[in-house]
Amino acid sequence: MEKIMKKNPGYFCLFLLPTLLAFMIGFVVPFGMGIYMSFCKFNTLKDIEWVGIENYTKIFMADEGEIFLNSFWFTALFAVISTVAINVIAFMVAVLLTKNFGGTNIFRTIFFMPNLLGGVLLGTIWKILLNGVLVTMRETLTTNGTNGFIGLLILMIWQQVGYMMIIYVAGLQGISDDLKEAAKIDGANSKQILFKITIPLVMPSISMCTFLTLTNGFKLFDQNLTLTGGGLKHNSEMLALNIYNTFYSRVGWKGVGQAKAVLFFLLVGAIAIAQLKITQSKEAD
Amino acid sequence: MADNNATNIKSADQIKVKRKISDIIFTIVFTVISIFWVYPLVMVLINSFKTKLSIGSSPFNLPDETTFVGLDNYDQAVNTQMDFISALINSLIITICSVALILFCTSMCAYFVIRVNAWYTKAFYYLCLFSMIVPFQMIMFPLSKVTDTLGLNSPFLIPIVYLGFGAGTALFMFTNFLKSVPLEIEEAAMIDGCGPIKTFFSVVLPIMKPTIISVGILETMWIWNDYLLPYLVLNIRYYKTVPIVIQYFQGGYGQVEWGAIMASMVITITPIVILYLCLQKHIVKGVLSGAVKG
Repeated sequence: MEKIMKKNPGYFCLFLLPTLLAFMIGFVVPFGMGIYMSFCKFNTLKDIEWVGIENYTKIFMADEGEIFLNSFWFTALFAVISTVAINVIAFMVAVLLTKNFGGTNIFRTIFFMPNLLGGVLLGTIWKILLNGVLVTMRETLTTNGTNGFIGLLILMIWQQVGYMMIIYVAGLQGISDDLKEAAKIDGANSKQILFKITIPLVMPSISMCTFLTLTNGFKLFDQNLTLTGGGLKHNSEMLALNIYNTFYSRVGWKGVGQAKAVLFFLLVGAIAIAQLKITQSKEAD
Repeated sequence: MADNNATNIKSADQIKVKRKISDIIFTIVFTVISIFWVYPLVMVLINSFKTKLSIGSSPFNLPDETTFVGLDNYDQAVNTQMDFISALINSLIITICSVALILFCTSMCAYFVIRVNAWYTKAFYYLCLFSMIVPFQMIMFPLSKVTDTLGLNSPFLIPIVYLGFGAGTALFMFTNFLKSVPLEIEEAAMIDGCGPIKTFFSVVLPIMKPTIISVGILETMWIWNDYLLPYLVLNIRYYKTVPIVIQYFQGGYGQVEWGAIMASMVITITPIVILYLCLQKHIVKGVLSGAVKG
């Protein structure tokens, strides 16, 4: 089969070429242009002008730098806190919902449901709910960064707990009951079983969920845009939204926006590679 | 001895009763949590029958004589300047065409990449993996300009963009599956006189069915809900999608049209929930196989 497919270029055109062309248009060319344009000044494709590293230095200058660093710390803090919160809750729910009591399947179905909605719908729903609560305190989601932060946290917990729970449930169901029985006979209490048997055995699920929630936290955009819109004076503006606003809410800053996007890509890429390395080293054990 | 046995039986019974009670408590606790969990969705439904002012000021109240508007909000969403229905149609066209195109092209592509051992298939494969970690913001501006230049800014052509940007995940999942398919099956087909094309469609594709369903569900959930890519790529004056319209209602006009937003959301969410309840097993499987990509 391989020989036939290699010999006749017709098979290459039929099997690989369509995806390859689309991949060029949808990824390779824009990616290459993005790298190049981060060193340029431009407003459209016709006025691209090389300016060296000026865009990168501008990111960290004066007010611009302060807003960007604020959004970086907001994003990093949010990614870490939401990762911990979502995984702890999802794991607890998964442990409980793998026990044998009435209705576990229905509860799993319900917990997963928010995942079906996109970021824009989620943001809109929680904007109404949370502003409805905050209005009694004469505040809104945008009045200060803390409100925006907590609002986004609640939203992301609601959205992602069900998803992560499903992954944990699958991991937990993979553990054979014999192991727990054996530990029980040896006199282990339920806490010891949880920490010495269950958690080590679902470690692959834990590292996967941690990675997913962490990158979701860093890349969060739609929910941020609809729920707070970045807040007043950028008080709840996360990195992706900050980049977007640099591009589309100001004139003459597109080069800087593209330079920020490159840094953003390096950050997300570094997290992904670190995660891959950690997982690989664990699998090697 | 007999006495001892009796106490043993008694304590076993007690344990059973205790477990039963704790089971009931768990069921009750989770029922309460579940009610809170679906409350936001129920709230959307309730508010879709209220005046837009009362939605903003008191979202938690049930409609009363002064705030109840019947189906006016639905009427506004569907019939007035909102043009929600054309957005719904656009979303459907984009999602169905893109998912079909992605499944068709990347499954063939994955087969070629797995079976043909050459530098270019390897290079392409790793480049696709690489694309999975690149955030959209990195390419959004150049992408929107490239697609504008090529005229890919309508619902029937944007699937090409989705194929390009979404190729990574789909290709990864398909190649992962194909690695485990033994060559012998295809060799048997070849001896029977099938060429690569016939072998792929009549032998390999049927084996891939479970993965195709999983990938299809993942891609559907992504594309149906996607906001930024269509917002930047589509010619927004003529074509909007559901997420775009719902975001637009909140800022595009002077006043936030909460009534129309609520009605549109009900129209959007209801079929999704019904579909989910019917296809739950497949969706859960799709989520699980997609999560392995980490």
